Amino acid sequence: MMRIHADRTVCVGSGMCALTAPEVFDQDESEGRVVVIDPNPAGEADRQAVNDAVDLCPAGALSIV
Amino acid sequence: MIQDPPVPHGFPIERHDRYSPPAALTELRQRRPMSRMRYADGHEGWLITSYDLARKVLSNPLFSNAPAGVHPVLGGLQPTKEQKTAPPGMFLRMDPPDHTRLRRMLTGVFTVRRMNQLEPRVTEIVRHQLDQLEHHGTGADLVEHFSLPIPSLVICELLGVPYEDRASFQVDTAAIFRLDTPQDERLAHMDSIQKFLADLVDRKKAEPTDDLLSELTRNPELDRAELVGIAFLLLIAGHETTANMLGLGTLALLEHPEQLQLLRQDPDIVDSAVEELMRYLSIIHIGPLRVARADIELGGNLVKEGENVTISLASSNRDPERFDDPEELDLRRRAIGHLAFGHGVHQCLGQQLARIEMRIAWRELFTRFPKLRLAVDPSEVPLRTDMAIYGVHRLPVEW
Ligand code: SF4
Repeated sequence: MMRIHADRTVCVGSGMCALTAPEVFDQDESEGRVVVIDPNPAGEADRQAVNDAVDLCPAGALSIV
Repeated sequence: MIQDPPVPHGFPIERHDRYSPPAALTELRQRRPMSRMRYADGHEGWLITSYDLARKVLSNPLFSNAPAGVHPVLGGLQPTKEQKTAPPGMFLRMDPPDHTRLRRMLTGVFTVRRMNQLEPRVTEIVRHQLDQLEHHGTGADLVEHFSLPIPSLVICELLGVPYEDRASFQVDTAAIFRLDTPQDERLAHMDSIQKFLADLVDRKKAEPTDDLLSELTRNPELDRAELVGIAFLLLIAGHETTANMLGLGTLALLEHPEQLQLLRQDPDIVDSAVEELMRYLSIIHIGPLRVARADIELGGNLVKEGENVTISLASSNRDPERFDDPEELDLRRRAIGHLAFGHGVHQCLGQQLARIEMRIAWRELFTRFPKLRLAVDPSEVPLRTDMAIYGVHRLPVEW
């Protein structure tokens, strides 16, 4: 099982997560900070995309716990 | 015996090939990815050419992006007194928390979702420019009619800058980005844009319209100088970067016909094509540069407080440790993780806008002109080796 942690205090709103794993991440309207919409994605493709997003996040805001 | 590559004096910019980083940088990445570099004023700093170290520097908050303590990497770019601190609003040249405060006022506007909503309008703009190109006939300059006006129209519209005024600030931006512009002239051009934008801010305050600048003027936390600084940054950043990707990227596609064929056959690969062209071309070809705010251990070396560290994004993006066959342009590869938009807290704010502009522009260009080709010999295309952002000055085409 995968649990995603997003640290909104360090997020810089780059949108890499929402671009890479759109089923899992979104950005809020006002500041574009990360919002986890599916904290426990079941599909293999989404899980791979989450791993990519963790690697790509420029602010180191994402982790899998 | 193989000699160690010499310590470069100044940032290497001399290329042997239109698309590849200077050979001196590639050699350093292979032999000494963290190297000493002698800066133009004699400062003994560092030069980073590998992907892994580049990412480490860009994501480490102990490396500052503020102007204080910056040494010039090339002659003629001496920082002056005026540049010791970032002008108000110029958050790109600030560190957290100042940077964070200003950037967060804008990130809501540049989200993936908001940028995707612009697609219909960007498509209209692109098609209009294709009409212009067609109208100018054989030999038309793709830079003048297509790659430069598209991002320019889009950012002007988003910000609320009257596009009719572009002639004056395009002259100023071009001069600012020319590497050999003397420092006092550069400052005069910056002044000229700032005055124009200050007037515009006042007008938006008096008579708000439906655009980003008007929206920002309603924010009580921002004073006039900050508004001007933000507008300046967005206008400049939105202009030359995407424009040069479109110009140089189109040339690269025309010179790699088997790759272009892939894109023509399956326009759906345009998303990965954009990432790959960003990686392959890395148009920010000088820097970024950071200043150590403390002694920092990096790659088995000690960077002392105050020392400058300059990164080659072009070389990092060709690092075989990260990308297989990095010297190949391969539109189908997963080029994700390239550093062309930077990394760390300063990673390009407008990257999602740039992505949709490039996707739409290339898709539409090769749909409208399936037989697009160069109207001159590739060796005659003037390259922007003399500019802070790499690309082509002109690209005459026919179809
Ligand atoms: S990739 Fe990282 S910095 Fe960018 S929006 Fe997502 S969490 Fe925030």
